[in-house]
Amino acid sequence: MTENLLYFALAAYFGATALWLAFFLAQRESLYRYGAWVMAAGLACHTLVLIQRTIAYGYLPVAVFGEALLLFDWVLVAAFLLFNWRYPIRVLGALVAPLAALLVYGSLILPQGQAGAISPLLRGFWLTAHIGLTLGGYAALTLNFLGGIFYLIQERQLKAKKFGFFYRRLPSLSQLDTLNYWCLTIGFPLFTGGIITGSLYAQHTLGRFWSWDPKEVLTLIAWLIYAVLLHERLTVGWRGRRASWLAILGFLVLAVTFVGANLWLSGYHSFSKFVQP
Amino acid sequence: MNLLLVGVNHKTASVGLRERLAGLIPDLEAAYRTLTAYPEIAEIILYGTCNRLELLCVTAEPAEALDRLRAFLSQDPEVSPAELEESLYVHQGPEAVRHLFRVAASLDSMVLGEPQILGQIKEAFRQATGQQATGPILNRLLHKTFSVAKRVRTETGIGDHAVSVSYAAVSLARKIFGELTGMTVLLVGAGEMAELALEHLRGQKVGRIVVANRTLERGLRLAERYRGEAVSLEELEDQLLSADILISSTGSETYLLKRDQVKAAMRRRKQRPLFLIDIAVPRDLDPAINDLDNVYLYNIDDLQEVVEQGWQARRQEAARAERLVGAETVKFEDWLQTLEVYPTIIALKDKAAAISQAELKKTLSQLGPVSEEQHQALEVLLNSVTQKLLHDPIIFLKRDHSMKKSPHRELDLVRRLFNLDLEREAEGTEEEE
Repeated sequence: MTENLLYFALAAYFGATALWLAFFLAQRESLYRYGAWVMAAGLACHTLVLIQRTIAYGYLPVAVFGEALLLFDWVLVAAFLLFNWRYPIRVLGALVAPLAALLVYGSLILPQGQAGAISPLLRGFWLTAHIGLTLGGYAALTLNFLGGIFYLIQERQLKAKKFGFFYRRLPSLSQLDTLNYWCLTIGFPLFTGGIITGSLYAQHTLGRFWSWDPKEVLTLIAWLIYAVLLHERLTVGWRGRRASWLAILGFLVLAVTFVGANLWLSGYHSFSKFVQP
Repeated sequence: MNLLLVGVNHKTASVGLRERLAGLIPDLEAAYRTLTAYPEIAEIILYGTCNRLELLCVTAEPAEALDRLRAFLSQDPEVSPAELEESLYVHQGPEAVRHLFRVAASLDSMVLGEPQILGQIKEAFRQATGQQATGPILNRLLHKTFSVAKRVRTETGIGDHAVSVSYAAVSLARKIFGELTGMTVLLVGAGEMAELALEHLRGQKVGRIVVANRTLERGLRLAERYRGEAVSLEELEDQLLSADILISSTGSETYLLKRDQVKAAMRRRKQRPLFLIDIAVPRDLDPAINDLDNVYLYNIDDLQEVVEQGWQARRQEAARAERLVGAETVKFEDWLQTLEVYPTIIALKDKAAAISQAELKKTLSQLGPVSEEQHQALEVLLNSVTQKLLHDPIIFLKRDHSMKKSPHRELDLVRRLFNLDLEREAEGTEEEE
């Protein structure tokens, strides 16, 4: 049942990808609207999957990498739909939907978790808060990354005075920059909150706030990049191109933290250490 | 029923002839009175712009109607029939539909993709319906035309690309700032093109307008005209702090602003984006300024290049629009042809109903007294038999009709097969619905 729902969500995300790409090409309003409904249907299935697993396991299903991807994907899609409802930059959907689909696909081909496989240490409110805040931050910063890419494309055309395929289809620089700023101001505090709750929890369970684990070090680097970006934006008015590049850099470090550290590096914070032998 | 369109436009007729023909329009009421009085013309609409005058009518006798319209157009003694004959184009059937779609979508305009024409046709349609000159076919055709024109506009973006220098400046500004509401525009020097650009910007509801001029008197005069403030050219660097869009067109031999000056200003502006438009020759602004972050400098050559790209893009979009128009023309033609089969379908149903009723009467008289329920059962039986029997011929007419190369043959076949024409002649109901 859960599997079927997940396949349905996958199909919906791919469907939304097709519709939103078609919207991007043809600029037909109706295509965008259909895409949003399909995406919302996908999110509903996705939500049911997570609820079912949470009930079955008795904890938030994030013990293995595939499950963490799935949860992150859920936060990303929810954040995008919520965001889009309040602050519509519709072309962004053409990047978010395929990413959402690929993440579901990724979680399907990665090893699945099992009920009760997790250490009892890794349950509880603070850990849930840590995961929720971190993933929320990741989602907002991912949108910032995607917005940054669009900004750089549009800025490049205006500077080079060559107007190609994207010029007409992308929104204005100021809209894209506002999007990036919003995502940063929402994502950074969430991310910071995630780090703080995580370190409090580490103090509680491991007796130390910080372990210099590879994942923690990379997180710190990403946090510093975003801190610099936010600071420069607020004080000297950094924006546009530089802000976009820094947002992209920050996201790449985050991606390495989330994906790379789990696959290639090993530390107590890697997913492989969560599951009891 | 046939569609017939005649007209002249900027490609076929001299402006003189167009003017003389447009002389027919001021008294629209009289024109429509004359036109609707012709027995050959069932429905008609007349529309014109400064570049064209066209008449579109629905007629059963296209050749006669064409003569009528020709006579109507050459009623002015100053319009020579030879000149008219040379300039007049005539389209019939699908070509008339396609032509109207193309005109409304501005594919036939002098400035490809300009938006006014659709409004003019809408107005003309309002006039024509006011004079009761249109009927079911033109009403449907015109509504279809409006939706086709709208689709062309939204789906192909034919009107999105700027094709004038001043509008290019505005569209670039919109890609940088989004909404231009409340933006501050700084006009340095003055000139025809700079003022035109300013006009366009004012149309976008910009906020403050500041005019900097070498001679304060001229600056004050310009500022008054645009309800702005006048400042002297020495204050330029300070004014740069509050401006969002700067349009420069002075006769200065040296650069008014250098890269370092703008760089310093950007730091003090906290990097708020700045759009600089340099339409002066020789240039007023150092081209190196464009290297600065968040500053966008366009000179007159750049803008002209944008315009050239705009034209190219419009021509490309026009090709897509033509495909859309082609598809919609076919659809409308299909509808028109199904319209042709309706009288036949009605005749078929009438004939079936008449036979059923006659037979029912006969049977009832033979059966003697029957109950209400039995009577109804008999009627239901007859109805379902005739309906089922007629179902396939009707589908054949409706669906297959529009796909056949020679639709009249099928129509004829069905009419002969069911012997509809004799009956209809006898009843004398030749009217189409």
